[in-house]
Amino acid sequence: MSVDATLSFEEAMEKYDPVLGIEVHVELNTKTKMFSSAPNVFGDEPNTNVNEVDLGMPGVLPVVNKTAVESSIKIGLALNCKIAESCRFARKNYFYPDTPKNFQTSQYDEPIAYDGYLDIELEDGTVFRVEIERAHMEEDAGKLTHMGGAAGRIQGADYSLVDYNRSGVPLVEIVTKPIEGAGSRAPELAKAYVAAVREIVKNLGVSDAKMERGNVRCDANVSLRPHGRERFGIRSETKNVNSLRAVEHAVRYEIQRHAAVLDSGEPVIQETRHWHEDTRSTTSGRPKSDADDYRYFPEPDLVPVVASREWVEELRATLPEPPAERRKRLKEAWGYSDLEFRDVVNAGVMDSIEETISAGASADVARKWWMGEIVGRAKVADVDPSELGVTPQVIVELNKLVEDGKINNKMATQVLDGVLAGEGTPEEIVEKRGLAVVSDDGPLLEAIDAALAAQPDVAEKIRGGKVQAIGAIVGGVMKATRGQADAGRVRELILQKLGVEG
Amino acid sequence: MTELKNELIHHSAADLAAKLAAREVTAVEVTQAHLDRIADVDGQVNAFLHVNTEEALAVAAEVDAARAAGGSAAEELHALAGVPIAVKDLIVTIGQPTTAGSKILEGWHSPYDATVVKKLRAARMPILGKTNLDEFAMGSSTEHSAYGPTRNPWDLDRIPGGSGGGSAAAVAAFEAPLALGTDTGGSIRQPGAVTGTVGVKPTYGAVSRYGAIAMASSLDQIGPVSRTVLDSALLQEVIGGHDPFDSTSLTDPFNDLVAAARVGNVAGMKIGIVKELHGEGYQAGVENRFNESLQLLKDAGAEIVEVSCPNLKYALGAYYLIMPSEVSSNLAKFDGVRFGMRVLPKDGPMTIERVMGATRAAGFGDEVKRRIILGTYALSAGYYDAYYGSAQKVRTLIQRDFDAAFAKADVLISPTAPTTAFKLGEKLDDPLAMYLNDVATIPANLAGIPGLSLPGGLADEDGLPVGIQLLAPARQDARLYRVGAVLESILEEKWGGPMLAQAPVLGSATTTAGGSN
Repeated sequence: MSVDATLSFEEAMEKYDPVLGIEVHVELNTKTKMFSSAPNVFGDEPNTNVNEVDLGMPGVLPVVNKTAVESSIKIGLALNCKIAESCRFARKNYFYPDTPKNFQTSQYDEPIAYDGYLDIELEDGTVFRVEIERAHMEEDAGKLTHMGGAAGRIQGADYSLVDYNRSGVPLVEIVTKPIEGAGSRAPELAKAYVAAVREIVKNLGVSDAKMERGNVRCDANVSLRPHGRERFGIRSETKNVNSLRAVEHAVRYEIQRHAAVLDSGEPVIQETRHWHEDTRSTTSGRPKSDADDYRYFPEPDLVPVVASREWVEELRATLPEPPAERRKRLKEAWGYSDLEFRDVVNAGVMDSIEETISAGASADVARKWWMGEIVGRAKVADVDPSELGVTPQVIVELNKLVEDGKINNKMATQVLDGVLAGEGTPEEIVEKRGLAVVSDDGPLLEAIDAALAAQPDVAEKIRGGKVQAIGAIVGGVMKATRGQADAGRVRELILQKLGVEG
Repeated sequence: MTELKNELIHHSAADLAAKLAAREVTAVEVTQAHLDRIADVDGQVNAFLHVNTEEALAVAAEVDAARAAGGSAAEELHALAGVPIAVKDLIVTIGQPTTAGSKILEGWHSPYDATVVKKLRAARMPILGKTNLDEFAMGSSTEHSAYGPTRNPWDLDRIPGGSGGGSAAAVAAFEAPLALGTDTGGSIRQPGAVTGTVGVKPTYGAVSRYGAIAMASSLDQIGPVSRTVLDSALLQEVIGGHDPFDSTSLTDPFNDLVAAARVGNVAGMKIGIVKELHGEGYQAGVENRFNESLQLLKDAGAEIVEVSCPNLKYALGAYYLIMPSEVSSNLAKFDGVRFGMRVLPKDGPMTIERVMGATRAAGFGDEVKRRIILGTYALSAGYYDAYYGSAQKVRTLIQRDFDAAFAKADVLISPTAPTTAFKLGEKLDDPLAMYLNDVATIPANLAGIPGLSLPGGLADEDGLPVGIQLLAPARQDARLYRVGAVLESILEEKWGGPMLAQAPVLGSATTTAGGSN
């Protein structure tokens, strides 16, 4: 596999203007499949959640899952789309063993939702409107596992296994109009857009929205054109970009790669690219041209899906609070500053904070832990903060230990490390590591006396009312007790000793 | 005993049902009589691809036991319980192979029952076996079956029509009182016409298609095959009704069909002759019998009017675009990956594409391949609008033509097929001539309306059966049964009995064939 040349992102941006097109596939969490009564469940033994319809046995017929249609309409409404009064399914014909009928039942020229938009807020607060071309219903394909070859690739494989559990799982594919004008913020926008879609479908409750499980999958189309030119360049379509960070990286990489190709005077090849998380680069897939002929025609086994205006309005009335409005509400309720709240959102811990607060922590405590401790650790571990392994209960427990004076903040961070290392619950770790705060005042008072004696001038200042100077004494005590003392208690005792009001 | 059996096979389903209810005969006797007949004559007719002896007799025995037990067990029996039936081998059945007349499904057993089969089982109708057909129901003669042609009981050198030649011949040869067929462009009605039996294509959606191996989804319809109009009505009421597994199935109950077959008069009804569906291109003997039926209906008090459906001249062309388009997609699943035949390429790399290709090359016959290629072409980018798109427009025009015609007439009438049964092999190398057999039946499929074919007498020039087709507006299947039953009774009065009584006697292989009863 040859490594493609790339230009630096800055140079690419100097020379070219990127245009994006993003397709997001959302797996719906309906009980049954799009066209059959087989269960829609992830992770079971291969080929157990299938019936004759999913296997494409001779004579079978599809029946549309009404809940899937409802979910699709909800998604359309949340994306500010128009909902078609009547729309049809079509057959997309191609031979491939992950598609048991050798055609995929999808929507072609009659999507259920069309002409929408989503306002995307970037990290610095800039709002960018992404126009939605359409959101349409379709069925997922089965899953192929290539055996015997290198790295699970089809090339060189001895044979392939196919699992049809995923075959027929309801999907909604959301397609943007060409996204122009994002400039150097294109990678960031791509990520923020996919994040927003994921947030919306999760908020609607129509999808489990777990990217790592493929509930939300992204294909990113990228093309470049010289600044000032209207006509789009030739695009590549990078498939299966399945984490938010990967979306950003893949778009960035493709911009750099396209720029290098264009700089060399070669045309960009219109093709499918595969994203590789390990090398953070893409490789060429199959050429994708407009010559691909899927011989679409209206699915004759299904009648049109009719969405009466009454039904659409009923569904609209059930929509939950949109995420943007929810953010506004939470910010007010939590009393965070603009900056604090934006940091929380950008760090991707708003939901975690909300859960932590509902588990019993205060807004400030929740923020302190997530932003102060967990986000940094997640960055080091290269995972999303919510995936680090800290539950809201852990934080509530940790905080209670601190508030009860059993451990101090410094110890609490050690306990957190213990939790992440799988050593047990915070209580158990405090026990195991012997981290209890020294609560007998006797040794403390001795240490305080020693510290005051060592720094008489500081003691004098405090007596004179300069309470802020107390830090030096507290520091001396903490040093003497190797951090085992409760700093708050130490402060109280010093003030008592010196007869000064805190 | 032999005499009793022979007598039993000549009864209509309605008569058998009455005799069973009166406990004059047992279901096992009735079923065994038909199994014996199959053993006797099917070597010549080749109507059956599979005979389901054990299960059929077991079901019959259950019916007899229930009837013998009396009380609720007997009362709950369906009117047709114990009346045996044959099933076209395009319809999937648990416990018997389903081949669709193709090598590609040889030996395949369905893991599920078609909805109509479930209904037959619920009614406890013993299933005698699976009947022969043109491969995947593509043909008008059963000569495209991978398992050899079925022969017409009227003349074993002639075709029994198609694609449902097996079901029609089985009923015509008294191997079964009833059969199920499927009709995409005439596959129930045209075999009915050339074998002197009754065949009905119900309104599209009146009978669930779930479990009928799809040929052209928007045209396919399962329907009854029988020797009398009443029997078809009885059978359609068994198999019809809404099915949640078929989104295109209608919610109408269609439970007035048997009553309609018993109304007994056509006085005051308007019967429309479709100008475009007779005359030029129709055999003289066919035309004569058609005119005779018109006169008889007129004499019975019906008003005969002439209607025109000018767009019917495009019907065959539209059909041969829509049908193969759907075929090309519906038959894509037969690839050797999950079920049925798998053929490995003889040499070269063993890739999935090459296995699929080798399997389809070996598994499909020429007519199937012809239609797949035609349909693939018609759906191709750049051709879609000109072919599939235009054909769909024609379809709409034909529907409008029929709407206008039914504003003037309660039912329409035409010959079912332009000719009587032709000789085996006569049209095998001329697909277009073969396709023309369905010129009068295809319009009903394009419009989704119901059609019935019943025996209209024998053509003067060859002494072979002529079929009369009745058409009704969508959902008005009852009208077909009403008019059909009346015409049948007038004709039988004229003939002095059922037309099939004039058919040559099929002996067992050891008996001399020939003679007339």
